[in-house]
Amino acid sequence: MSAVLNTGDTAWMLISTALVILMTIPGVALFYGGLIRRENVLNTIFLSFVSFAIVSILWFVYGYSAAFGADVWGLIGTIANPFFSGVVESNTLSSYAPTIPTGLYAIFQMTFAAITLALISGAVVERMKFSAWLAFIPVWFTLVYLPVAHWMWGGGWLAQMGALDFAGGTVVHVNCGMAALALVLLLGARKNSRLLPHHMGYSVIGTGLLWFGWFGFNAGSALGASNLAVSAMIVTNISAAMGMLAWMLMDKIKTGKPTLLGALSGAIAGLASITPAAGYVSTTSALIIGFVSAICGYYAVSYIKPLLGYDDALDVFGIHGISGIVGTIAVGLFASPFINSATTGGLIFGQTHLLGVQILAIVVIGVYSFIMTLAIGKVIDKFIGLRVSDEDEIRGLDINLHEESGYRLS
Amino acid sequence: MKKITAVIRPDKMENVKHALEEIGCKGMTVKDVKGRGIQLGVTESYRGRDYKVDLLPKTEIEIVTRDEEVENIAQRIIETARTGDIGDGKIFISPVEEVIRIRTGETGDKAI
Repeated sequence: MSAVLNTGDTAWMLISTALVILMTIPGVALFYGGLIRRENVLNTIFLSFVSFAIVSILWFVYGYSAAFGADVWGLIGTIANPFFSGVVESNTLSSYAPTIPTGLYAIFQMTFAAITLALISGAVVERMKFSAWLAFIPVWFTLVYLPVAHWMWGGGWLAQMGALDFAGGTVVHVNCGMAALALVLLLGARKNSRLLPHHMGYSVIGTGLLWFGWFGFNAGSALGASNLAVSAMIVTNISAAMGMLAWMLMDKIKTGKPTLLGALSGAIAGLASITPAAGYVSTTSALIIGFVSAICGYYAVSYIKPLLGYDDALDVFGIHGISGIVGTIAVGLFASPFINSATTGGLIFGQTHLLGVQILAIVVIGVYSFIMTLAIGKVIDKFIGLRVSDEDEIRGLDINLHEESGYRLS
Repeated sequence: MKKITAVIRPDKMENVKHALEEIGCKGMTVKDVKGRGIQLGVTESYRGRDYKVDLLPKTEIEIVTRDEEVENIAQRIIETARTGDIGDGKIFISPVEEVIRIRTGETGDKAI
């Protein structure tokens, strides 16, 4: 049977791609932009936007080929089409999604690389040099994102072992969380590391856009307008809702009052944790995944972070990293062959193999991302310097690094 | 001439403005300010951690007026801005040496 382009699938994937772009610009940018000091709002938003722009270019220069090209020893893809030359002209359908064009699959995957970089920026805000961030993006993208995406999604060695990551629990969330942790260890704590949001309204809009865009992220990862996409959409929404309610519950128990930022954070924990599982689990499993990830996230940001003293400014590790881990393990527990025939099932179906490879994927990707990011950060620190001057940090990055300000009197 | 500087709760601003208008006091300059009093602010909680916020948002009204109107205006501000709880704010009264209307060059009481 030769593959035929399906216009329904293609339409849905075009829309999904646009939805995921909306998550990064301006979703993540606004979510982060609301949570920091007013003197740093433009710099914070800028970090996400510039990540998106740089990754957009590099993805088509060599990124897509390196992640999804013909496999070399399970480690990386072959760069057969630099500058994407001839790919669109050849009118081929994607070998990963046989009912949509190769180019569409490529740009859909680009959005995942872009958001991973943008997410990392939340950890380093208010003190990282803009030039250092500009240098970090292409290097990290090349040495960390591309191999990891290949291992999991491009037919690399983790995929060959049977590890499952439906929409980026390891490739996006564990990866960005561990990179964030490594970078903040190199950067050190801010002089003022209190989390006092200067404009929660931005964060509300940002979270809304993230939640909305996540339907492209997860339901789009079904790679077609199928029943699986519907299933992914439902579990994504359930996990987000459950995450929100669970964090509100923790707020109520621990500090006495539910907080809006807590509710938003819980929703994002629920969204991130269902990401690797969205195409494999039932609605009941999604309830558990959303609930557990929000509880774990709450403890990570309110107990573990102060205990260890690292300054992960906007809790990229605490929320995305932890949720990625919870969700990826959950695939090993709850994956169901009745939802997706690509799996024989997780632990609840008596299968132990999947849980094993899921944990292996977390450890390998987590350790690889952490160590590589430390090394990349060290080198950038040596040549450019990672951190702004004390004076710039105190007076704010907007006016000193960009010569503009977010809020002006006239 | 005197300058009345009243630091009040932002949500009382509308009441105060109307009350002053009723007694013929129309001109004023208003600023959003931050400040604190004896109680040193409040506690806010984000992502499970408590932070002491020691500067609270207030509204500052500045009115320059003739000496004989000062008491009446201050009385109206007190009546309308008061809740009886901590954080109602303060009124400061200070002498003004000269007032000049830029458009006409008039000075003193005529320029108010």
